[in-house]
Amino acid sequence: MKRFLEKAVKWLLTASGFVTSAVILLIIGFLFTEGAGLFREKVIEEGYVLALNRENPVRKMDAAQIKAVFDEDITNWSELGGPDLPIETFRLEDADDYFSEEELGSQYENAGSLIASLVASRPGMVAFVPETLIPEGADLNFIEDSSISPAEVFAGSEWYPTATPAPLFGMWPLLAGTLWVSFFAILFALPFGISIAVYMAEVASERVRNFLKPVIELLNGIPSVVYGFFGLIVIVPLLQQVFGLPVGESGLAGSLVLAIMALPTIVTVAEDAMRNCPRSLREASLALGATKWQTISRVVIPSSMSGIASGVVLGIGRAVGETMAVLMVTGNAAVVPTSILEPLRTIPATIAAELGEAPAGGAHYQSLFLLGVILFFITFFINLCVEFISSRNRAKNS
Amino acid sequence: MKKRHILITVFAALCVHWTADAQRIKGSDTLLPLTQELAEEYLAEHPDEEIIVTGGGSGVGIAALPENTTDIAMASRRIKFSEKMKFAGLGLEASEVIVAYDALAVVVNPSNPVDSLTREQLEAIFRGKITNWKEVGGEDRKIVVYSRETSSGTYEFFKESVLDNKNYMSGVLSMPATGAIIQSVRQTKGAIGYIGLAYLNRFVKPLAVSYDGGAHYAYPSVETASDGSYPIVRPLYYYYDPEKEAAVSPFISYALSEKGQSSVLEQGFIPVTPPAADGEPSPEASEQGKSVDD
Repeated sequence: MKRFLEKAVKWLLTASGFVTSAVILLIIGFLFTEGAGLFREKVIEEGYVLALNRENPVRKMDAAQIKAVFDEDITNWSELGGPDLPIETFRLEDADDYFSEEELGSQYENAGSLIASLVASRPGMVAFVPETLIPEGADLNFIEDSSISPAEVFAGSEWYPTATPAPLFGMWPLLAGTLWVSFFAILFALPFGISIAVYMAEVASERVRNFLKPVIELLNGIPSVVYGFFGLIVIVPLLQQVFGLPVGESGLAGSLVLAIMALPTIVTVAEDAMRNCPRSLREASLALGATKWQTISRVVIPSSMSGIASGVVLGIGRAVGETMAVLMVTGNAAVVPTSILEPLRTIPATIAAELGEAPAGGAHYQSLFLLGVILFFITFFINLCVEFISSRNRAKNS
Repeated sequence: MKKRHILITVFAALCVHWTADAQRIKGSDTLLPLTQELAEEYLAEHPDEEIIVTGGGSGVGIAALPENTTDIAMASRRIKFSEKMKFAGLGLEASEVIVAYDALAVVVNPSNPVDSLTREQLEAIFRGKITNWKEVGGEDRKIVVYSRETSSGTYEFFKESVLDNKNYMSGVLSMPATGAIIQSVRQTKGAIGYIGLAYLNRFVKPLAVSYDGGAHYAYPSVETASDGSYPIVRPLYYYYDPEKEAAVSPFISYALSEKGQSSVLEQGFIPVTPPAADGEPSPEASEQGKSVDD
């Protein structure tokens, strides 16, 4: 009976290990397949075409050019390698300006042929219309549609996921914003975190420690949206006054909030690591005549380096993945940041803000999953770094 | 054991009974508080019925309609062509009814001396072509543009109505909620943003807007929005399957009744039939309703 029980427990443990790994792999697989789907999507919105006059020689436009044309930033075909003709744009909403209600018919059944003949009669016109609306054999040319290219996505600097006719998925501003704000967050949190940890582990009396530790751990229990509110109402106006900024929502506000949020993780883990430093090492150092400070800096900190490093990395992980607080204080402007005092937009904030309304399976939805993949790789890389640091440290110590 | 069995059966039966009878309403977060209020009042008069109201966004509501997970979809925008195609593909139709109008107010910091802007100026500001208040008659101060997130129906409507379907500039600050826009505009001197009329308060200053190049300006208010002089007005819709009309029509007719429309007004929206008018809502709104999506 006992042996059977042992076997059963062993089997259960193995099974739970395998099931967990399988689930994790499935989630990653799901993330990757959804994200990769973006590169199979067409540049122009699904089900729509860009129709041109028969005489217009332009056949290719990339997403950025299409956006510029419909925003009236490009107004002449010569800028796109065509003839010297002003560009006229046509959307379905403009149909009212060209045709009367009677011409269109009660169910708009004439709309397709009317639009086709309108485009055929205007040499400079480009019409953004549903594919099904254009009658068979209409005397029109169409912009050749291609798949969204990885270069446009990873190096593109414009994030317009809901623009029509052609959404733009330039992820570089979001990636840069995430790294930028996390970098500064850790820059603020690291010195404070380590010094608090050293103080609590080595300097503080038992009573002070027993008071400080729960207080710092309390910080961990505050929901991130509360940090966000605090940031928006206190830190943002404060920064605005101190630096005389036109706008207080900035990367700096985000990194300060993130630094506060990452602090408890860094402190707790680093402090535990230092307190776990073997008593024999400490006593040996003191016995050799080293002062308390020399013992801390030469013996305790080096020997607990891997614990400190993992605390720091967990803190970075929290900063990179934090959503709600940064969503509220960074301003979410999708521009490549050039200074920390400007608004920026991070990847988690983008996913949280946009996934709710992105139609499932569409290009926007897939692009958000691709952002998830990028975030996954950042965290994965950080974890690899920890592995590397702690293994090197272990080798040095042994 | 047997007792528990019976209990479970009764409970299951109750669940089935409950879901079968309840009307489900899902969709736009803009319409959510209004619909909840209407549903409460309606249920006070019809205590034996059930109505479940949930939010999620206009797109979510309309997508739930053909999947039969809602009976009425609330939408702060008109049904899209692609959504209509999906309905047609399933052999379904969607009937629409306008329950109220919503006006958007363009707001600035109370210290800003600028009182009015034309649509063209607003377009240039939100597209990043005008970046300093002195270009529109204000102080020498950088304009800080606040917008809602792309998932918001308000974002789409402002883009359609004010930006003439062009895109916002990339440097626009997008805020997750109307409350955040008010907070930011309140504490940022050069700020400009847009919020629903119902959210206007003394911490932000609404601008008079002109859609005819500066000939007529109007401040946002329920009166100007319902008499048509204030231009940034959008209709709010309920969509339903015409085959289920019998089930949903009592609630919809309550919403359109005099009582229902007075709570529309209380919630800060504009009634479909203005109290002192001839039934025809604002011109901008009716134009919106007509736009040829199909």
